Amino acid sequence: MTVRVVCYARIRELVGADAIERTLPVGATVGDCFDDLTREVAGLAELGASTRFVRGTAFVDRATELHDGDELGLLPPFGGG
Amino acid sequence: MFDLVDRPFDMATLVAAVGDLGSGALVTFVGYVRERSDDGRPVTGLHYEAHRELALVELRAVGDDARARFAISRIAIVHRIGELALGEIAVGIAVTAPHRAAAFDACEFAINELKARVPIWKQERYVDGGVRWRENA
Repeated sequence: MTVRVVCYARIRELVGADAIERTLPVGATVGDCFDDLTREVAGLAELGASTRFVRGTAFVDRATELHDGDELGLLPPFGGG
Repeated sequence: MFDLVDRPFDMATLVAAVGDLGSGALVTFVGYVRERSDDGRPVTGLHYEAHRELALVELRAVGDDARARFAISRIAIVHRIGELALGEIAVGIAVTAPHRAAAFDACEFAINELKARVPIWKQERYVDGGVRWRENA
């Protein structure tokens, strides 16, 4: 299945793109998708504990199962205010 | 009123939005761009960006939580995104309540919650040309 990964702020700079397509095995979770990406993107693993995830307009956690066509947002630590 | 805006805004807009004749207290909080970073580097301005759709959902949720937790009447929260110059307002909060204690408490709650849960990012732009993402503790 294919998932579109949308990157924000510091993660966008690490990945070098606003969004990328990732092909994952059926049943893959948010955590699987992120961990898979850390193997290719230098510095991303260090953000693993503090990154949050969004699908649609709702936060999701690492255990959430992804589906073909999902758009997963990678949110580094917030800096509002 | 819960909004993300890409142009300067006026606190009078928020004050008007929370106007309520059943209230006797109005508390506002304004966060604006200061000239130095926490570690003293001179700053020329800030860049803010957001996950717009989720940020709006979360801003409204902060308002709902504030109303559930404190005896307030109305609350408005507006956050700026884009490029901000020194002195420009980054975030504004206005709260009305029958009495002041709840309004003060709700205003502080709202800015703390915003920092923790609303997907907005801040990059400091320095006089020496450098930039750095700044994250809330």
